[in-house]
Amino acid sequence: MELIQLVIGGIATGCIYGLVALGFVLIYKATEGVNFAQGDMMMLGAFIALGLVNSEYGALPFVPGVILAAVIMGGVGYGVDRLVVRQIFGQPQFALVILTIAMGFVFRFVAGSIWGFTPLVLETPFAGNTLHIGGIIIGYEDLTTIIVTALLTLSLWAFFQFTKLGLAAQAASQNQMAAYIVGVPVHRVNSIIWALSGAVSTIAGVLYASKGAIDPNIGLLGMKAFAAAVIGGFGSLPGALLGGILIGVVEPVAARYLPGGFSQMSPYIIMLVVLVTRPNGLFAQIYAKKV
Amino acid sequence: MKVIFKTSYDNDIDLHEDWWDRGKMIALVAVMAVLPFVLGEYYLAEITNTLIWSLAGMGLMLLVGHTGQASLGHAAFLAIGAYTDAALMNIGVPWIVAFPLAGIAAGIFGAIVAIPAVRMSGIYLAIATLALFVIVEELIIVAEPITGGVGGIFAPSINIFGIDFDRYASLNNFYWLCLGVVVLVTWLYANLMRSSTGRSFLAVRDSEVSARALGINVTRTRSLAFGLSCAMTGLAGALMGHYITFFNYELFSIFISINLLLVVTIGGLGFIQGAFFGAILITAVPQLISILRDSMMSNLGIDLSMPGLDTLIFSGILIGFIIYEPTGLYGRWLKIRVWFELFPLARRDMFRRQKTYLKTERMK
Repeated sequence: MELIQLVIGGIATGCIYGLVALGFVLIYKATEGVNFAQGDMMMLGAFIALGLVNSEYGALPFVPGVILAAVIMGGVGYGVDRLVVRQIFGQPQFALVILTIAMGFVFRFVAGSIWGFTPLVLETPFAGNTLHIGGIIIGYEDLTTIIVTALLTLSLWAFFQFTKLGLAAQAASQNQMAAYIVGVPVHRVNSIIWALSGAVSTIAGVLYASKGAIDPNIGLLGMKAFAAAVIGGFGSLPGALLGGILIGVVEPVAARYLPGGFSQMSPYIIMLVVLVTRPNGLFAQIYAKKV
Repeated sequence: MKVIFKTSYDNDIDLHEDWWDRGKMIALVAVMAVLPFVLGEYYLAEITNTLIWSLAGMGLMLLVGHTGQASLGHAAFLAIGAYTDAALMNIGVPWIVAFPLAGIAAGIFGAIVAIPAVRMSGIYLAIATLALFVIVEELIIVAEPITGGVGGIFAPSINIFGIDFDRYASLNNFYWLCLGVVVLVTWLYANLMRSSTGRSFLAVRDSEVSARALGINVTRTRSLAFGLSCAMTGLAGALMGHYITFFNYELFSIFISINLLLVVTIGGLGFIQGAFFGAILITAVPQLISILRDSMMSNLGIDLSMPGLDTLIFSGILIGFIIYEPTGLYGRWLKIRVWFELFPLARRDMFRRQKTYLKTERMK
């Protein structure tokens, strides 16, 4: 019973890791770059939602407030790509890694100077409500997290699989020049994907905030999301989600049953094991080129 | 403009083009050596710090700038160096033995890690090193008998053949010690880069496929580069431990890794000099900011003591360099020098970047 309770809580936490990982994977799938500021975008999204929804700031109703926050963060994502990332278009990936690390610090500074560094709590309609199923207690926020994550993953998967824009994004990631030649506006597609990733990370941030207080340093959670994305194979949306859930479940279980210290290390140990045994992740997207 | 007529291959790969070049280096080292007689204690300590940072920066430069591999976890190797050195000295091993052992420990650890790591490329390696960093940090806390755990560890003062090299009591000696280590490592590094091993690093960086076609064992080369890089960083870590004197795991945070990356990218990727330029910047800017902050406070009454302002300024500098000057400070210096050398003949587009397109790493 205790184990089941831990696992359910773990799945809900894992869904958040998975959602942040989805943000990574989105950008990686479309632009072949890794956005190390994803965790900080999540943090910024959560704070914008807080600024719109909480009664001492914007005092908007919850759902419109969150949607508005997602739209704003979409704009931030678009702007970041348009103004900063596009400047290093075509440069080696490493340049983008450093650039986004630096941008993460900028986001952290912005959030810190507007909302301060003391933890704040987002007012959510489902705080404190719980569901009892045969001795197991599930919080509404956990339930919402799981449902929203499932829906979001499904729709993103459909987006890449079936829509014109999604296919264009995939083409752009596989060969920028070839995509450009066949008429994909690579620059604009990249910006749109960044906007999408900003919106997704806002939702992740709001879900994270519904489980506890937030401060400008929660962006470090992005590192666990990385592990999730790597475990799943960097280019796979369902893989990222499953990787996130795996980490989310292993962490509390390791904290409960293993000696101290293992819980913090466990995501990274799993990740290293995956990298060593299956360097391309469990759901590989890398194929050997046949000559 | 002077033309050097090269008559042999040895002549071509010489470290210095001519005696004028060599003389400048000797003069630089000589000036550095007499600094303790000129400067006060505060500045000398800062310069020592800069030297230690440039040593660590050189370690990362070998990996990132010369072999083209990214590492986001080099603080872990700094930590291994610092802890090995301090722990060995605490059980009575003299510094002169403990110091090289610290470098070797970090290097061996790095090489072991490298064996699986070098199979990964680009982004995966960066992430794997990041994970490694987190694991090392946790291990330091767990391994309390050796590392002192959360409480920290004391790095005893250095004593070689009766001469005291304490960081506070005899700062001059400690400075000369650091300078000596840095000069020695730089000299070895510069010579490494003109040997066949160094050339193979560059070949692997520029094109893995062509390097392989030329008969270079890419895996071996990369592991070697990783090991050497970690060894250099480990040496820097040992010195950093003595510089700080009492430290715990918090000294080697993720921000140190990022600062190291800053050193190599702002300094100029692919140039040994870049590590020094970057180290000067990274150690001088926080001091300048605090001086500026104090003068703003006392003269104009403007309070600049916002938390995180330093990191904001660093991030701004970093973003600016990545976008406008990817070759870093040293690259910019080279361009300025060329402009002066060619004076009326320099053309605006001489250094224009070629248009590049990213090719997927998913196919290889």
